[in-house]
Formats: sequence, C-alpha cells, structure tokens
Amino acid sequence: MKNGKCNGGATAELPEIKFTKLFINGQFLDAASGKTFETIDPRNGEVIAKIAAGDKEDVDLAVNAARHAFDHGPWPRMTGFERARIINKYTDLIEQNIEELAALDAVDGGKLFQMGKIGDIPAAAGHFRYYAGAADKIHGETLRMTRPSLFGYTLKEPIGVVGHIIPWNFPSIMFAMKVAPALAAGCTMVVKPAEQTPLSALFYAHLSKEAGFPDGVINVVTGFGSTAGAAIASHMDIDKVSFTGSTDVGRKIMQAAATSNLKKVSLELGGKSPLLIFDDADVNKAAELALLGCFYNKGEICVASSRVFIQEGIYDKVVEKMLEKAKEWTVGDPFDSSSRQGPQVDKKQYEKVLSYIEHGKNEGATLLTGGNTIGDKGYYIEPTIFADVTEDMKIYKEEIFGPVMSLMKFKTIEEGIKCANNTKYGLAAGIVSQNIDVINTVSRSIKAGVIWVNCYFAFDLDSPYGGYKMSGNCRESGMDALDSYLQVKSIAMPLHNSPWM
Amino acid sequence: MAARRVSSLLSRSFSAASPVLSRSQGRNGYNGSRMVRRFGTSSAAEEIISPSVQVSYTKLLIDGNFVDAASGKTFPTLDPRTGEVIANVAEGDAEDINRAVKAARKAFDEGPWPKMTAYERSRIMLRFADLVEKHSEELAALETWDNGKTYEQAKTAEIPMLARLFRYYAGWADKIHGLTVPADGNYHVQTLHEPIGVAGQIIPWNFPLLMFAWKVGPALACGNTIVLKTAEQTPLTAFYVGKLFLEAGLPPGVLNIVSGFGATAGASLASHMDVDKLAFTGSTDTGKVILGLAANSNLKPVTLELGGKSPFIVFEDADIDKAVELAHFALFFNQGQCCCAGSRTYVHERVYDEFVEKAKARALKRVVGDPFKKGIEQGPQIDSKQFEKVMKYIRSGVESNATLECGGGQVGDKGYFIQPTVFSNVKDDMLIAQDEIFGPVQSILKFSDVDEVIRRANNTRYGLAAGVFTKNIDTANRVSRALKAGTVWVNCFDVFDAAIPFGGYKMSGNGREKGIYSLNNYLQVKAVVTPLNNPAWI
Repeated sequence: MKNGKCNGGATAELPEIKFTKLFINGQFLDAASGKTFETIDPRNGEVIAKIAAGDKEDVDLAVNAARHAFDHGPWPRMTGFERARIINKYTDLIEQNIEELAALDAVDGGKLFQMGKIGDIPAAAGHFRYYAGAADKIHGETLRMTRPSLFGYTLKEPIGVVGHIIPWNFPSIMFAMKVAPALAAGCTMVVKPAEQTPLSALFYAHLSKEAGFPDGVINVVTGFGSTAGAAIASHMDIDKVSFTGSTDVGRKIMQAAATSNLKKVSLELGGKSPLLIFDDADVNKAAELALLGCFYNKGEICVASSRVFIQEGIYDKVVEKMLEKAKEWTVGDPFDSSSRQGPQVDKKQYEKVLSYIEHGKNEGATLLTGGNTIGDKGYYIEPTIFADVTEDMKIYKEEIFGPVMSLMKFKTIEEGIKCANNTKYGLAAGIVSQNIDVINTVSRSIKAGVIWVNCYFAFDLDSPYGGYKMSGNCRESGMDALDSYLQVKSIAMPLHNSPWM
Repeated sequence: MAARRVSSLLSRSFSAASPVLSRSQGRNGYNGSRMVRRFGTSSAAEEIISPSVQVSYTKLLIDGNFVDAASGKTFPTLDPRTGEVIANVAEGDAEDINRAVKAARKAFDEGPWPKMTAYERSRIMLRFADLVEKHSEELAALETWDNGKTYEQAKTAEIPMLARLFRYYAGWADKIHGLTVPADGNYHVQTLHEPIGVAGQIIPWNFPLLMFAWKVGPALACGNTIVLKTAEQTPLTAFYVGKLFLEAGLPPGVLNIVSGFGATAGASLASHMDVDKLAFTGSTDTGKVILGLAANSNLKPVTLELGGKSPFIVFEDADIDKAVELAHFALFFNQGQCCCAGSRTYVHERVYDEFVEKAKARALKRVVGDPFKKGIEQGPQIDSKQFEKVMKYIRSGVESNATLECGGGQVGDKGYFIQPTVFSNVKDDMLIAQDEIFGPVQSILKFSDVDEVIRRANNTRYGLAAGVFTKNIDTANRVSRALKAGTVWVNCFDVFDAAIPFGGYKMSGNGREKGIYSLNNYLQVKAVVTPLNNPAWI
C-alpha cells in the first residue's frame, strides 16, 4: 500500500548564505588548514555552500579565546542582570530574524520551514529569554553546619569554558538549549554544530556579535565530529563538555574526557521511547499522538515514540484510526506549507532508515503501511508502520531515527510497564489513559526522564529534560539545566559567640 | 498650576510672599540666629527650576480607564519646594475602592491575566520595563516634582531600578515552582503555587515608584490582580506608569490605581471583604491599624514593611573615613526619609571623637537646595507635617541635652528644607534615639564593647536594618547574627538589589519584599494528594 501523500517537492529558492566561516573571538575566520566541507540540501543532494572545516588547531584558537574571555574578560565579572540585558537583546535579534533562521534550518536540515517559523526559532528565542531571566536568580545557600561554632555557605560559580557539541536534528533549539544556560551562568564557550547543519549556528554567531557579547564568549567552530568534536572532548583547557547526539558518540566523548582532563560531561543521547495506549484511551487522540510522536521531524528526534504499545482491548481500533490518519500525513518539500514531513537529513541517514525497514521485513514484522522512498531525488521516505514487532527484533531495540513505528500489543498494566522498560534507553515515554491510578503508577514505574501524559513533545522552557540509563546523564531546560554549568563551592569559617546555630 | 516665580528659595534674607498654604505658616523651629550654620546650600539657586514634564494623568485608573472619583472630589498634590499646588488629583474613597476591587476581581476570576502563560505575563512586564526606560526623564522629573527628591537620584538610581525590578520579576514569572512532596504512605503529593487573587497594596510617599515596583512586580509575576493606593503626597508617577502598563499590553482591571487618603481609601481597601491579600509600607502606627482592619474584615493575610530605628555600628578597626561617609549617606539619603535610615550611629569610644568631628564636617558640606538643580544632595522634606515633626524632634534633642553639632534649622523660608543636623552625646533613653524621625537628623552614640553594642542596638521596638563597620571577620559574623534586624549591611549600607530580600523583625513589620522571598506574599500553596496503586518507589 502506498502511504501518505506526496506534494511533488516544490522547490523554494535558497536563502542567501551569508556566513560560512568559523566564528572565533568575535571574528569570522577561515579554518587554519584552509579546508572546507560541503553542506548539502537534503531535498536534492545538491551543495548549498562550502563551510570552513575546523580542526584541532581551530578548536585550540577558539578555546584560547574562550579561556581568555573567562579568565580575564568581563563576562563572568558582570552582574547577572548585565548578562541578562545582553541575552535579552540577543533574543530580540533572533526574533527579528525568524524567517531567515527558519529558512536556513529548512534548507540545511530538511526541516519544515513553517514549523521553524512557529516552533523551532521562537522556542530557541524562548530559551534565551528564559535564561536571561534566570541569570540573576542563581542562589547558593547559607548552611546549617552540624559542627559547633562553624559558619558555612555555598557559592555557585560558573564552571568556566564549555564545549558544546550539538546535533543536526534541531540545530536552533539545541544551540539555544545549551548556549543559553551556559551564558546565564557566566561561562564562555566553543560550540561545534553538526557538519550536516552548520548554517544557523553561524548566523547565531553573527547575531551574538550584534547583541554585544564580549569577544570570545561565544565561539563557533564548524567541522566534523572525529576532528573538531574530538578536539573539544579531549581538550585540556575545556572545563565541561556538553553533547547531544547518538549513544555511540556519547560514549566516545566520555572516554575522551576521561583520558584528558576529566572534564565534566553532559550527555543527551538516543532513545527508544515507548508510548503506552491503554484501553480507556480516546482512540482518535491516541492515534494522533502516536503518529505525531513517531513521525514528527521525520522521526529524527531523540524522544520519538518509536515503540507504540497498545492494550489489546483497543488495539484494532487505534491501528485502524492510525492508518487512516497516516494517509493524510503529507511528505514533501519542507518549504511547502502542506508538508508534514520533509526529507531525511542526508544520504547516510536515509540509507540507514531504509536498512531498518528491510530488517523489519526480514525479521517477520508486518508492514502495515509505508516502507518506500518517495520521488527520485532527495531523501524522502514514507511514514512506515510495522505491527507484530517482537522484543528480539532490531527495529524494537535500536534507535532508527526515521519515520518508522513499531506496534506491539499488551494485556495488563504490569506488562505494559515491563515492555516500556525493556530497553537500554530511558529518555521519554507517553501514556494515553484517562485513569488517574494508571497514570500515577505508570509514570513512576517507567525509567525515563520525561513522561508525557495524554500529550507528546510537551517540551517547555521551564521543564527539565534528559535521560535515564543509556539515554544520557544530564538535564537540560528549566532551572535544573543551570547546574550543569555551575561549580558549587563551599566556604566554612569559625563562628564565635553566635546567638543561634 | 501655580506660577513658578523667581524665588530665592535658599536665601535666608529673602522675604517671601505669603505662603500659598496656611499650613506652612507658623513654622519657627530652630532657625533663629543661634542655630545658623553655614551649610553648602545652592547659592546660585535664584530661581525655582521648572520641571520639564506635563502632569497628564490625575484620575483614578480603574478597569483600564482613567476616571474621576465617584464623589467628583479632588485634592491638591503639592510641590515640597514651595508648598504650591502641582495638580488636583481625584480623591478616591470607599466607592472608588469598591469599583477598583470589582474590576480586579473580574480580571482575576474571569480575565486573561492568571490564565495567561507565565511566559506571556513576563513578556508584558519586559515591555513595560522598556517603556519605563524610554520615559525615564519624564518619570524622574515627575517624581522629583511631587516628592522633592533630587532629580539626579530619581534619574540615575530610582527609575533604572524601577525597570530593573520589573525585569527581575518578569524573569520569575515562568520559574515559580511548587514541589512534589514525599509522603509517609502510598500517596502522590504535589504543591501548586497559585496566585492569591486580588491584592490590595498601599504604598508610601518616600520612594513612590520603587515601592510601586516592590509591590506590583511580584504580584503581577505570580498572576494576581491589584488595587494600589498611592500616598496622597505623591500620587502622580503611579498614574504615569499605570498608563505605560496599559501600553505594554496589561489587560484592563489587572492593575487599578486609586489615589486618596489613608483614612478613607486606604481603610476601605484594608477592610474590603473581596481583597485577598494586603501589602502595606508606611509607619508602624498605620501598620497596626491596617492589621486590625484585616483582622476585623476577612482575615486577609497582611505584609507590613514599617518603621525603623536602625543602628549603624562603627567598630574601632573600621575604616573611619569610609564609615563616616556611609553613616552620613545612611542617614541623610533621601532627606532622611528612609525606613531603614541608619538613625542610631553607634561609634566605638576610641574613635568616637574623630568620627563626630568628621561626621559634622561632612554634614556641613551637604548641599541643600532645589532638587532639580545639578549637584544638590538634599531637597525638601515631603510636606509641612513631616517638616514640623522633624523640627519637633530637633527641639527634643536639644532639650534632652544632646550636643547639637550642626544644623537644627530650616533652610530658606519657603518649602520644607531642613539643615542637615548632627547630634552627638546622644543617650539611648532620649526620644531622638528611640523614635523614628524620618528626617535629616543624625544621632551619634558612644559604645565600648561588642556585647554592649549588640544589647543596645537590639534595645528597640524596631528591627528593620543595621550597618556593621569592621575589618574583623569574627566581629562581622557574630554581630550580623546577633542583631535582630531583617537586613545587615557589613561595610556598606542601603544596598538594594532586586534579589536581596528586605523586611523587618519586631515592629518593623512582617514578610519580606524583593528577591525570591517576595513571591510567597502573593501565592497560595495548595497541596494535592492522590493515592498511588503499586508505586515503583515512594
């Protein structure tokens, strides 16, 4: 069965590409080697621009700038409020450039232009505004010392120079989610965007200059993970590295940190998130959430609900409704506002997703819909749903990062919980039910950092987000994210003749 | 509006025309020749400077509109430089408070404000802060005109702080967290921090816009609606910023502003059955009345920020020059009209004489004059009543045999200017050491050891603030903990950041304003408890 609609892939004009060089110490520079790499339009595989290929030498230069800005510059010495003023100005500038930023992410990452305008870029701006408001609300504590005649307090100090390595699936939001709290905390940083999507990060770099950040506070080094990324992870002068990406690369980052200077590591990694649909669920809503949860952003989202467990009493109805709705899930050019799904980000991912579809077929899962490519250029794949998936299949266990859903049936609440937790990952989970007891029990039982009840992707600026198990070790968003960028210093001193202890 | 005619405001030889108001007559005080001291007055101030601002808003702000009082009555607000009328302002009374509460009630119960996302509320508050900055000159001029504080202070410190405070609270709006709470059994427990409802706020005249910010900022961030009563001495700037809030997108009825008198408008707000919370800043006596009205009406929770008699303690190891300057600032700042004024200056006996000498010299240099003029450090007291009260305390100081080192008299013969006044050899039992004077009168007392000064500093019904001057960390830590006061400034004074909580022990009030603590005043805490079946953990 041919699934979904294709709107033919109308092509919009490319936005003008203004920034292609590394941004170090307030200047756009070529890579020291002079090398460049191509960033590709996933709609057609054509080259959009040649981007400076940063490597170790460039990372060194950027770290030097960040180090200087931290050790001697004004940034950590400003009041939180002064930092907030600059971050707010930055936010205003981002809001003034929503259209252009959304276009860059759309052409570079195959992301829906319309969603960029109403979702990704405003959310990125929101992160900056939120943390601007947090910059003057970082409190240490005065302590209740247990030893007599001692007074103690804690200071929350900026951790120093931070390396941020960000992925290609949400270039703008990931940039903001990492950069904004680090800025609020008073850190300086080197950001390495993904080689697939370097364009918006360089545009954010340009805006940072305009906003008035002191030179060296934000540096952006474009390049590859094995070169620039590795140089950041193993750098002796970086105090903390924050990485979002695959679990495999996360492991390498942690190893590099361990064998260099034991820098602190924040990892936000892969997932195989369950969506549990219980018998009492609203069928229409459940079907909608399942599709959205798995196919949003072409399935290129670490919290995708790629394992959908449906209680047996409602299974047939939900599947039927889902297949009906899948037909309306239009795949096409991300600049076309009727598209709900653009192309996969690059050839490699495209082929990887197709290979998982083959595995699904070969391992005996039932292909209910989709499974094919769309069109003859670019990296479009049909929304694909497999039923009768079992726990030993590759498509059940591994993160596909594409529009491929696995459907399973379960009987009892206990079984549902057991299935949900039957994974090495623990990033997110969804529950669809009206029963308060079911919701409370299941919410506490699932080993995942985020539980969405009767909703999905309910990300919020104020809501921390991160993984259990091999999905990572940190929390981003909300006030909890600040802790990743702060050192806690305890200060103790004798106290004589205090009237109370 | 009275003409701003040529007037030698500060010249003692000038014989003014009859004062505009009879209540400025009969002032004698210690301005006779025996009290004359040469203060650094603004000798060039031959002319009263005309403020470069129009008074555009003089009516009550209710439900998004500027309206006359129901009675049609008005009252004059006066220029403390001259006692002349600046403008006639709508005189709100019980009926107007009722109207305002009704609007606030509706905006809370039905309106968009508490139902908006916190992020959207914060955006409106940020837009307001931008507008304050855009209009900072008009606001500063209006504040100086109505209050008599120096324009420089209003322009460079208070208006920026007004914007800064709203940015601070805007940042809180989307970070107000309840808790999930551990239970002793199989229960899921969460606390919701809900807006408390309609907040009644009564603000004083000494820092009209800053007090506006301390009260309105947290109330709005938490999602409440407000009826604010301004002081009858200084009604003008609140209306102006009320207008700016409407421009920033604040829905009608969220912030209602009623000008009027305490005994009428204030009392009806405090006793209103439909007001959920009350916040008051002002004198301890009025605070008692307010608390009584709340108790006799609907038991609304009350935050009080009241008077003070704050000690400023200088130890022998302190940097004396710095301590003198800060002690001077701590007392004389804002014409001495600060609830946290360092009005009991305790100085260690070994440095006492040097300190008194230098404190007197500093006071003599203080430049008094038209607050619009550049370089002026001290303007007039707010009104004739306060002027008379301060002069009465100066007489009391002299009569109780404190040594008048300098000052003691009026400056000029028009408006409410008072010479910077310093008393030494002040004893704890003198009235000037016990009562809040709220004027430019410094009392310097002598002490000999730490225990003694802690005991004496705490021997007051007030407990608002304190200053501690020492280089010794042990002394600083010990005294900081021993003083019963809501704020202790060590080697500094009057440091008022947005995030630093402020409030009183004892009869200086209850509750804390500013900082994260201020949010509690405007939130109800609701515990929601649900049983858990087979929880994975407890």
